[in-house]
Amino acid sequence: MFVIDTFLHRLKRGRETMAYPKGPAPALPDRHGGSLRVDGAKCVEGCDACVAVCAPQAIVRPGAGGIALDLGRCIFCAECVQACPAGAITQTGDHRMAARRREDLVLGAPGQEEVRLAAALDDKLRRLFGRSLRLRQVSAGGSGAEEADLNVLGTIGWDLGRFGIQFVASPRHADGLVITGPASRNMELALRKTWEAVPEPKIVIAVGAEAISGGVFAGHPQVHAGAASVVPVDLFIPGWPPHPLTILDGLLRLLGRLEEDRRDRDPQGHGALGQERPVN
Amino acid sequence: MSTLNATEFALLDNVAGLDWAEVPECTGPELVRRTAAELARGGRLCAWFGVPEPAGTRIVAVLAFDADNTLAVARSVPLNVGYPALTLEHAGAHLFERELWEQHAIRPEGHPWLKPVRRTDEAGTAPSMGEFFRVEGREVHEVAVGPVHAGIIEPGHFRFQCAGEEVLHLEIALGYQHRGIEEALTGGPHPLTASQMEVVAGDVSIAHATAHAMLVEALAGSEPPLRAQWLRAVALELERLANHTGDLGALANDVAFLPTSAACGKIRGDFLNLTALVCGNRFGRGLVRPGGCRHDLEPARIAQLGDRLKSAMAEAERASAWLWDAATVRARFEDVGTVHAAQAAELGLVGPAARACGLVRDVRYTHPAGWHRLAQMPVAVWPGGDVFARARVRWLEVQRSGEFLGEQLSAGPEGPVREKLPGLLPDRLAVALVEGWRGEVCHVALTDSAGRFRRYKIVDPSFHNWTGLALALRGQAISDFPVCNKSFNLSYCGFDL
Ligand code: SF4
Ligand code: SF4
Repeated sequence: MFVIDTFLHRLKRGRETMAYPKGPAPALPDRHGGSLRVDGAKCVEGCDACVAVCAPQAIVRPGAGGIALDLGRCIFCAECVQACPAGAITQTGDHRMAARRREDLVLGAPGQEEVRLAAALDDKLRRLFGRSLRLRQVSAGGSGAEEADLNVLGTIGWDLGRFGIQFVASPRHADGLVITGPASRNMELALRKTWEAVPEPKIVIAVGAEAISGGVFAGHPQVHAGAASVVPVDLFIPGWPPHPLTILDGLLRLLGRLEEDRRDRDPQGHGALGQERPVN
Repeated sequence: MSTLNATEFALLDNVAGLDWAEVPECTGPELVRRTAAELARGGRLCAWFGVPEPAGTRIVAVLAFDADNTLAVARSVPLNVGYPALTLEHAGAHLFERELWEQHAIRPEGHPWLKPVRRTDEAGTAPSMGEFFRVEGREVHEVAVGPVHAGIIEPGHFRFQCAGEEVLHLEIALGYQHRGIEEALTGGPHPLTASQMEVVAGDVSIAHATAHAMLVEALAGSEPPLRAQWLRAVALELERLANHTGDLGALANDVAFLPTSAACGKIRGDFLNLTALVCGNRFGRGLVRPGGCRHDLEPARIAQLGDRLKSAMAEAERASAWLWDAATVRARFEDVGTVHAAQAAELGLVGPAARACGLVRDVRYTHPAGWHRLAQMPVAVWPGGDVFARARVRWLEVQRSGEFLGEQLSAGPEGPVREKLPGLLPDRLAVALVEGWRGEVCHVALTDSAGRFRRYKIVDPSFHNWTGLALALRGQAISDFPVCNKSFNLSYCGFDL
């Protein structure tokens, strides 16, 4: 009889929600590689090996200086890592990649070897959303995978609800939008209307390479160059698609709910320091 | 053995190519007549699309004869205006002909419902603003849903004509996800092409990437190393396991049966993580490339895959057993959203939706290519055509994929996983079918005199099956739409391209 069986099963399994963020983050798959790091100082004069192998043209070489690698356009194929003769591009294994400003995703300049991780919302918004954030998801040319991994955050292993974050059915009930896809032209009107229907103050989160920059469809006349072409974006979460851990990190970072924000990741003081309450 | 008239159609195997000049040619009306005749004899329409030329647009017809394990192609002379619609005799052609008209302005004369498939009439509008079929009557009301839905899901517009709770007619307007994938392929393959194939439908990355890779290999006149073919077959079943398990959980959720829903949500993630163990990406992106695969599996990784697969399968077994055990679930699944076998055959449904009507349609079995020539899988069918049957077929396939992987994981042939691919042959046509978890993924390509893509056609299984969902809703309570929709779980972006 399933009723008894399900109860026994639950008792036996116990709590299946991961300890993170109180405990350590689950490990990324070993072949995932995590975020990228660009040591511009190591870059070899006259070389353009990485530019040549980067299919989505995430890397450019603007003149004499080193390269500029746009993590917002990157599909994490690691071809550049293998191609670089100087070891200037490396995988960090770090799941954290979310940034508040588009330019913070561009790596290579001195002091910008790695992503400048997202700062928390300002105090006022954090007081409003910090312990209760309702989001409406809009797929605007999303591939179904980004959407799937947003759904995953609601499953028992991740349990997004424990942070007070919830996906809701109506934009009128939402504090913000989570957008996937490059913003296809056929979705432009619906995306704009959905955004307008969210009451102020509101936030917008772009998830995945397509939503950040158009990704592998950048330049197609049928799409825009990402969500920011249609509405203002407050948080960019790179990945192709982003690992659920990367998305969760981005959301918690935005709400200032990560203990490790106290660690000095951000030389320019963008990180959310102090005023931290422990999660749950 | 074939019942085909080989002078009217050129016959070819799945993942084989032939010279464009060898594809038999006839007038537009004659192509319709020949195609209709073969469809009436049990053929299946895989693709019907235009190839633009200076003198006009040629129609290319690709048919499958499942019982004969063969494919057939034919083409028309260049057309400029119109031709008598195939849809009048075979309803399953209706979207193909609308698409042909939309893309090339070739009018299928007499088509009963000629409107765009993806395009909007002018900039700044949306597919939901087009014309919709209306049922008139004092008691009839219209319900419009979407494009933005109540969950984390892709956009599409559903227009219901209802009398009270009962749905008289459902019309589905898609196109919101159109990203111009086919158009961008002309002149390819480009550096980004293989990656774009992985997001035609992002939850079917392996199937689409494999169809593309096999097609390019066929056009290059080569075959990838056997180990790559094996690895692709392994990844294909992992993709099926994750999605079918997720669907069972989602179906359970739609009838408020939370034990299975909660468990399957997690197990689905476990399967996705197996794909990530193979290539680092939970959706298999970056694994399959023309010429082979970008990763190999070392013995320790295979052992770990096997172990984790076993425990995930045991959990899936248990979570689904609750589902079949619960009378409340059966009551909500049985006789809901029924598509009859005759309707499924007429519409050309594919994948689990077709097999849930008892139709033996499975490319792995009827048109084996790659590793499936060496390792067969039985076809899972179930009669009934209702939500229950579609759920049941998924479960049977989960079991079979698990068994297949259990046997095959340790049976990989030795050798490299990737070889350098020669250039593509000029003026060739090739067809590649792959059985993705939603059904038949069909890629067709024609090269030009320089060996570049002159035309590339993608038919996602959803292109065949959305009409099946519309039919399933006829006479159904509108409140059953979510569970019916979930039982098909079709791709919006795969349709929209
Ligand atoms: S890892 Fe990113 S930056 Fe490097 S080649 Fe691939 S897409 Fe380009
Ligand atoms: S491959 Fe390495 S050395 Fe060459 S341009 Fe790129 S980062 Fe610089």
